[in-house]
Amino acid sequence: MRKKKWKNLKEAAIKAFFFTCGILAILVLIGIFLTLLLTAIPAFREIKISEFLTSTHWDPTSPEKAEYGLLSMIVSTLMVTVGAMLLAVPIGIGVAAYLSDVAHWRVREILKPVIEILAGIPSVVVGFLGLVLFGPAIAKIFHTGNGLNAVNGSVLLAIMSLPTIISISEDSLNAVPRAYSEASLALGASPWQTLFRVKLPAALSGIIAACMLGMGRAIGETMTVLMVTGNARAFPHGFLNSVRTMTANIAIELGEVPYFTTHYYALFAIGLVLFIMTFAVNLAADVVLRKYQEREQ
Amino acid sequence: MSSAETASKIQARNLDFYYGDVRALKNVTIDCYDRKVTAIIGPSGCGKSTFIRTLNRMNDVIAGTRVEGTILLDGKDINAPDVDVVELRRRVGMVFQKPNPFPKSIFDNIAYGLRINGLRDRRKLEETVERSLRGAALWEEVKDRLDENAFALSGGQQQRLCIARSLAVEPEVILFDEPCSAIDPIATAKVEDLIEDLKKSYTVVIVTHNMQQAARVSDFTAFMMLGELVEFDVTEKIFTNPANKLTEDYVTGRFG
Repeated sequence: MRKKKWKNLKEAAIKAFFFTCGILAILVLIGIFLTLLLTAIPAFREIKISEFLTSTHWDPTSPEKAEYGLLSMIVSTLMVTVGAMLLAVPIGIGVAAYLSDVAHWRVREILKPVIEILAGIPSVVVGFLGLVLFGPAIAKIFHTGNGLNAVNGSVLLAIMSLPTIISISEDSLNAVPRAYSEASLALGASPWQTLFRVKLPAALSGIIAACMLGMGRAIGETMTVLMVTGNARAFPHGFLNSVRTMTANIAIELGEVPYFTTHYYALFAIGLVLFIMTFAVNLAADVVLRKYQEREQ
Repeated sequence: MSSAETASKIQARNLDFYYGDVRALKNVTIDCYDRKVTAIIGPSGCGKSTFIRTLNRMNDVIAGTRVEGTILLDGKDINAPDVDVVELRRRVGMVFQKPNPFPKSIFDNIAYGLRINGLRDRRKLEETVERSLRGAALWEEVKDRLDENAFALSGGQQQRLCIARSLAVEPEVILFDEPCSAIDPIATAKVEDLIEDLKKSYTVVIVTHNMQQAARVSDFTAFMMLGELVEFDVTEKIFTNPANKLTEDYVTGRFG
């Protein structure tokens, strides 16, 4: 009897432990959100939300009239991110398909860890690459003064989000039941037809999730874009313009801002906007995933 | 062998098959006759699935495998370097052990084999889908729900859908790899009736671990053990008067 009771107690304790672990992640998330929210709210005692989101002028240290317009930076962030995705999504899916379907297993054994190591390169090192390699190259190709612009940022962010996209896409391609591809091949489909018509559609939910995660990384990346996009505060008119993303702006200004001023709070408000953007991306990915899973059941 | 009147569609001669260093087939020689059903029976792991998968080169997709010996389809070596494996698989269709419809609609499942060949004409597609589903005795059950996902069908219906799917590309040979092992007895009876029907127009090869099934549906039976062909003859002879003691023990249920 006592032994049984002890065993039940142990079961309950183990259960409680894992429950706490699960809850902890949620608590941390809520904590971050609340901190952001509470520090951002005071900013709007002096800044109108409409001005914050629609004005293109950001000049919080102006001696005449401080301006807090975020639009240029929102557009810059979106430009750099979209540019990165335009490069990374096709390449990423291509590499994933190559690894899962075309490559000899020996090649795959070597290539996969290499790609995963790529994910571990510190962003400051990637930024350095952009400064000394891509910057001058872009300047030469497009005849711009220097190569510190949105294109450079996009290229680097593409490189940084590629490992995520490749790795998760390849996993979901591999998770497609072999029965599907066998059925397709047995009907006289070529390996390419099988890949495009059966495997990719079946793996689509995972591939979309992979791209969204890669995009999340690109939106939030700071150091790399700070180093290579030029950080001009003006509204960008093209990919060859120098841009300043929201993340870069926070990193640049937070070090010098007096605490508990409107400017200080406004930077947190930028953080809040970023948080909401990445949250929206993740939510969209989740909705897409769910829709697909429902359809497949 | 009493088969002078029927032509041999597939001739496997001295076939050896290796998974890496493991020899899964040893010197197998079997004939599959035109418009007849040939059953391959034997205990688990005897190489019967491996054998049937060599007939449409399905084993090609498994890394590190190798075939020796020859397989002739209408007298032509299917492993010759100039043979297009895609073309071969169009002529030699296959139905797998577990029903494996695509996660698409019933219509799209059947139309798949036609679309990969570039057929776009909606009317022709509809005609072939209907003909194939009728051929697989499934039309009446699904004609009002062609746009539904194939996964909404029962297991037995899914298997008949897979049969219909392989009929759509008009193969000459259909290979069945234990087609009834994952479906219920009533569905099994339907598939068996279907095979009986199919042999009027196709050469059928069926792998089964169910001896009654082999006795019911086949004209010829091959008994395999440990990668070797033990006996190959007219089905009736295998089940009533086998030449080999091993065959007799197996078909009378003394082992297996």
